[in-house]
Amino acid sequence: MSTLLEVNGISVTFDGYKAIRNLSFNIGEAELRAIIGPNGAGKTTFMDIVTGKTKPDEGKVIWGEMSRNLVGMNEARIAQAGIGRKFQKPTVFEDQSVRENLTMALQNKRGWSSVLFWKPSKADQNRVVELAAEIGLADELERTSGELSHGQKQWLEIGMLLAQEPRLLLVDEPAAGMTLAEREHTTDILKEAAKTRAVVVVEHDMEFVRRLECKVTVLHEGSVLAEGSLDHVTSNPEVIEVYLGR
Amino acid sequence: MKNRSFIARNPSILVFLACLGIFTLAVTIASEGFGLGLISTSFVKTLGKTLCLCLVAVAMDLIWGYCGILSLGHFAFFGLGGYMIGMWLMYERTRLIVTESMAAQEIPPTPQEVVDAIGTQIFGVVGSSEFPLIWSFAHSLTVQLILVVAVPGLLALVFGWLAFRSRVAGVYLSILTQAMTLALALYLFQNDSGLRGNNGLSGLQNLPGVTASQDVVSIWFLWASALALALGYLLSAWVVSGKFGSVIRGIRDNEARVRFLGYSVETYKLAMFTLTACIAGIAGALYYPQAGIINPAEIAPIASIYLAVWVAIGGRGRLYGAVIGAALVSLVSTYFTGGQAPDIPLGFYTISWVDWWTVLLGLTFVLVTLFAPKGIGGLFDLVAQRAAPDRHGADYGPDKGAKREEEGQ
Ligand SMILES: Nc1ncnc2c1ncn2[C@@H]1O[C@H](COP(=O)(O)OP(=O)(O)OP(=O)(O)O)[C@@H](O)[C@H]1O
Ligand SMILES: [Mg+2]
Repeated sequence: MSTLLEVNGISVTFDGYKAIRNLSFNIGEAELRAIIGPNGAGKTTFMDIVTGKTKPDEGKVIWGEMSRNLVGMNEARIAQAGIGRKFQKPTVFEDQSVRENLTMALQNKRGWSSVLFWKPSKADQNRVVELAAEIGLADELERTSGELSHGQKQWLEIGMLLAQEPRLLLVDEPAAGMTLAEREHTTDILKEAAKTRAVVVVEHDMEFVRRLECKVTVLHEGSVLAEGSLDHVTSNPEVIEVYLGR
Repeated sequence: MKNRSFIARNPSILVFLACLGIFTLAVTIASEGFGLGLISTSFVKTLGKTLCLCLVAVAMDLIWGYCGILSLGHFAFFGLGGYMIGMWLMYERTRLIVTESMAAQEIPPTPQEVVDAIGTQIFGVVGSSEFPLIWSFAHSLTVQLILVVAVPGLLALVFGWLAFRSRVAGVYLSILTQAMTLALALYLFQNDSGLRGNNGLSGLQNLPGVTASQDVVSIWFLWASALALALGYLLSAWVVSGKFGSVIRGIRDNEARVRFLGYSVETYKLAMFTLTACIAGIAGALYYPQAGIINPAEIAPIASIYLAVWVAIGGRGRLYGAVIGAALVSLVSTYFTGGQAPDIPLGFYTISWVDWWTVLLGLTFVLVTLFAPKGIGGLFDLVAQRAAPDRHGADYGPDKGAKREEEGQ
């Protein structure tokens, strides 16, 4: 399996605090990966770096067949290159309908002039309906997304990610604030998505990670502490000490 | 249902256009030039000017209410539009006068003598007779009309590019736009700015080569202003509908999220900033011929602040709100500052509205912001029985310019 994203020796310092220390990380074309780690381990910061929100002090982020270095590119260009992101706190456009949110995320040209003259094609409309069904919001298309429940907003955001058709999906704590049934549905969506693309999921909830049935990377103080199957890492004494033992 | 035309999806556009049409027709019928003579020509001009102010308010609402950029410099673009058309009006009228007076001479004047004479006429007040470089095209109506859009557009493009590229936003951007309009005003105040310093351009109400009286010309301008407002409103409504509208409202509420969707936020902001500057320029080009005079005081920083106040009072984020706010506040302002409002004697002190109007306006602004954030436009929600949903204090996005909880519907 060829590598899609290769993060190479990145470090970031915030006001003297080393949030990421010499972190390296690889993920393949169609792989599902879970990242776990205690609060403040640097999981969100890692995503910030890959998506261009934070510039690393050193290191490289190599992307795709062309082995492009993403460091220094702006957020929009990185997103266009095929990296989608879901935030820890659900962030959808609360003032706009579910349909508008999904439409905005659809894989179409992003330039201002093509967006200005854009008209939804039949295929676009069907895709929106299809996505809405997938995330369980088929009946809510015309609702203002600010009115949705917390869990529904999480799904809408996942739906927007899928609409973007990214090659790599970074998902920060997707199950936060979800009921058990909602969590199970979320696992299904993520596993399904990972069949055709790379998906990185950050999650605290061990049960959730177990259901993902994938390789796990443990972050601690900004670098990788262990990597492997969930059973493998949870039996690692170091991991038990810094994370599970608490 | 998604493919219905955007007018069908926004019935308020038709209502607005109908109101505007009826208003224009009514004023025409009641005017001195074409009708019953119930409305004085000077009031027709006031109404025509008000329509132009409504248009620039629509532009302000686009940039602030929809895109979340509180620009406090859009009156600079308005003024520039006025200057551009004013140059042609002044040049051409002076040329006609000069050629007429020279025609009586025994030796026909050379073209150079004519130009010199025009120069002396126009720039005599600032102790010069040379045409500055910026007047190179003043003889051509076509070029000056293009400049009405191009000069504000270009200034906005350059300014916006510098500001947005370095991600200046929020209060800092507002201050920067204030600085821009102040700098421009101060520059124009100088006698050697080439635009007659603090004298500004005058006599703009006289259309060169037109013999019709002001009674008639004022109606023409009323129509032109109404047409411009109608087209500007339609264009704006179209821009904010559809996906482009989604993106700019997204930028208003949470620009970081829009970036991660792959949209280049800076480009969108720049496009909106430039578009609204062009609209403002057109509004100004129609306003100042009705006012008759333009001088640098017109683009003082306070003018752009008033613009924001109108939009806030009318209701940000809905185009008709901006129109209502601009129309109402500027007309009431004309009433109070024009000396028509009777003073209120309190015995120990007399409230003179010319002075106290600003205080009243400021107070209204504060009260609206605090207690009726939807502005006057919010009254329409009362009729439609739409209340702002209770979001437990959460605005519609994390950004400073985001739609506030109280503005929701
Ligand atoms: N912009 C910033 N400025 C200063 N410090 C920051 C910034 N972003 C993150 N940090 C710090 O970096 C460390 C890593 O934060 P990060 O948000 O990546 O952790 P996390 O693993 O996502 O934690 P959580 O599980 O709580 O979401 C924390 O100590 C945090 O306080
Ligand atoms: Mg985090």
